[in-house]
Amino acid sequence: MAGHPLSLFEISGRAMSAQLVRLNTTASNLANAGTVSGSEQGAFRSLKPVFRTVMGENGTSTVAIDQIVSSPAAPTKRHDPSHPLADSNGDVWEAAVDSAAEMVEMLETSRQYQNNVQVLQTAKGLMLETLRLGQ
Amino acid sequence: MSVGDSLFGVHATALQLRSQRMAMLASNIANAATPNYKARDMDFAQALRQASDGESIESAIAYRVPLQPSLDGNTVEMSTEQTAFAENALAYRSSLSFLQGRVGTMMRALKGE
Repeated sequence: MAGHPLSLFEISGRAMSAQLVRLNTTASNLANAGTVSGSEQGAFRSLKPVFRTVMGENGTSTVAIDQIVSSPAAPTKRHDPSHPLADSNGDVWEAAVDSAAEMVEMLETSRQYQNNVQVLQTAKGLMLETLRLGQ
Repeated sequence: MSVGDSLFGVHATALQLRSQRMAMLASNIANAATPNYKARDMDFAQALRQASDGESIESAIAYRVPLQPSLDGNTVEMSTEQTAFAENALAYRSSLSFLQGRVGTMMRALKGE
């Protein structure tokens, strides 16, 4: 355990930013699904954020993005000599993006983002009520 | 025992602990997608007893036992956490209304209405 106890706004706020980064990577993966490259190195590989726990005191913790990694999945080689990007063998490489998996990821991200918003709303309501104590 | 203690009784401590537990449950919900994160919760009765005796509540905090462990080592189960959060928020609100009652009583006594 390190640092100070995290406030609810820090906990949920930083979790929301992490989920937003996740949503952004999913968006760029989906945007690049179906893109074609003339070389295997040049083909797009899907991006995935890796989350890391940030510990606070008194049992609190929040989440941060540790790193964003490229998927190890290989791009699909397709023989298409008529393609303008085709190499000398007439091959092109399609982006290594699993659209279905990305859609599932997007849904999960959105749900978890909503959960954090809900937590923040409830906590904020209770704090405001506490401020009105004795009035 | 200070004036505040005799006026508010156990409710002031309870409210403080409820707020702390709310932060812990929020941490669990925040880390729902973090690999190897272990969800934590507070044994509220034990924490309240220890806090009332002026002890540290460190020993009342424990790791949650998952109903169904996941492959990435994360033990957050959304249904459990959300239920616990809702229950805790309700308990916070009840502590708050007890406090409000006490403040109201005292105000009426002071005004002599």
